[in-house]
Amino acid sequence: MILQRLLSGNTLPVLTVVGFIIALWYLMAVVLNAPWAYDQAGRQGVTLGFDDLVAATWSQDRPRLPAPHQVTAEFWKTTVEVAPTSRRSLVHHAWITLSATLLGFAMGTALGILLAVAIVHNRAMDASVMPWVIASQTIPILAIAPMIIVVLASLGLTGLLPKAVISMYLSFFPVAVGMVKGLRSPDRMLLDQMHTWNASRTQTFARLRWPAALPFLFASLKVAVAASLVGAIIGELPTGAVAGLGARMLSGSYYGQTVQIWSALVMASILAASLVALVGLAERVTGRLMGARP
Amino acid sequence: MNTLVVGALAIWASAWWFNVRLSKLPQNRLVGLLQPLLFGVTLLVLWELLVRGFAVSPVLLPAPSAIGARFAASLPILWADLVQTFVKGALTGYAIGCGSAILVAIAVDRLPFLRRGLLPVGNFVAALPIIGMAPIMVMWFGFDWQSKAAVVVLMCFFPMLVNSVQGLITTDHLQRDLMRTYAASYWQTLFKLRLPAASPFLFNGLKICTTLALIGAIVAEFFGSPTVGMGFRISTEVGRLQLDMVWAEITVAAVVGSSFYGLVALVERMVTFWHPSQRG
Repeated sequence: MILQRLLSGNTLPVLTVVGFIIALWYLMAVVLNAPWAYDQAGRQGVTLGFDDLVAATWSQDRPRLPAPHQVTAEFWKTTVEVAPTSRRSLVHHAWITLSATLLGFAMGTALGILLAVAIVHNRAMDASVMPWVIASQTIPILAIAPMIIVVLASLGLTGLLPKAVISMYLSFFPVAVGMVKGLRSPDRMLLDQMHTWNASRTQTFARLRWPAALPFLFASLKVAVAASLVGAIIGELPTGAVAGLGARMLSGSYYGQTVQIWSALVMASILAASLVALVGLAERVTGRLMGARP
Repeated sequence: MNTLVVGALAIWASAWWFNVRLSKLPQNRLVGLLQPLLFGVTLLVLWELLVRGFAVSPVLLPAPSAIGARFAASLPILWADLVQTFVKGALTGYAIGCGSAILVAIAVDRLPFLRRGLLPVGNFVAALPIIGMAPIMVMWFGFDWQSKAAVVVLMCFFPMLVNSVQGLITTDHLQRDLMRTYAASYWQTLFKLRLPAASPFLFNGLKICTTLALIGAIVAEFFGSPTVGMGFRISTEVGRLQLDMVWAEITVAAVVGSSFYGLVALVERMVTFWHPSQRG
């Protein structure tokens, strides 16, 4: 029974692919770190056998590509063995990034929904603003993050808010586009039905348009929350590598601490996955509350 | 309140009124084009007048006219940056990333087991902040454009892979059976049926990757670059508080980014003219 489910579901294939990736990672670690290992061995005048080579490439201090177990060890050391309040704790840095992400995500979602409501209910807004909402995304905001941080800092805004602004800019777009689509998804028949009930515009919005738009909203929110995290991380780069996951990556790249970069990357991935999963959970709970059947 | 600010408010009000009037007219192409154009021009004029009216320091926000002047004065620098970042970094990475993703998708498609495993993993990786790989790529491939191309390859690969794999499974049984009755070989089925059927998905991926490519190439330069390139220019000019130059680079990035996107969308329209979404 369990075996059958394993064979027919996606679990086994996914595990296979993940296993393959980890194996490839170990192999690449040997290949990429080999020159340095040979160099060291040559200086000490020893020749490396295959076993020694593998052992040497998987345990360097500053490898070109750290092996997975090195990253895991560093991750464990900086999350569990260090107090979360310490500046050396990855949890501390992750929390700084996460708070900026969440603030930016909330602001972006609110802005996106407001824009979508205005666009759906006002023809002039639709025709003149909608193209610019799309055009706004052609400005590579991540590229001008340094400028935004500097300008906001000279206005006296530092810390959380500038990063949140970048996250907001990245996350409002998917929400606005998805919500416009969602609010327009009720077809003529349904709208006519509301009309025959003499429903006001507010009633039509609350009883028909909004519930119909929710599936679109959650799909957009998943994209938006991932984009928010990227925005917060990039927003931390120009602050001079003070705190946050982006700062960990930047200082890691300054000092050649590859293991530190990789563990920050792992942390960022865990954050991204949990945030997307949380939105998915909220989607299911809302669906349940609204009486949707699975 | 000074006259410039009052003027700005007046222009904003009249443009708004004009746009509302326009939206009541019967919609045609001209009106559809005029409305966003008017909105954009109004925005620029407002920006100019408000910056002058409130005497905003150019360190905070330069006026559009100042940005235009700087743009015209530094064309050679902008061109060199564009070649370094976009042509060498972004375009190379885009071609390699998207090309290899399509090839991998075709290979994976022959093995349903692998496909079922790769699709969730690809979806997961596509949501990760891959741009964080930039410092590692700069370490591996050096400061020049090769490392930027590598970042772009990584960023484009997974969204493109997910779209291609999904596109390749869109054909239904009836269509594949028809190819079988024609005794079509695997490759004939691939080129005559499955790739054309997948092309809306392929182009969706290609369009997503245009923006990712430019962003990846620029951001990768923040982690180290030669003394040329859009990302390098933006980060150094911000440090020197020359914001008009930064805005000139942003203009270049926006124009190049949207033309790249537009070009791919144009090719899509020509290739997938048969698809319902293009017939409108």
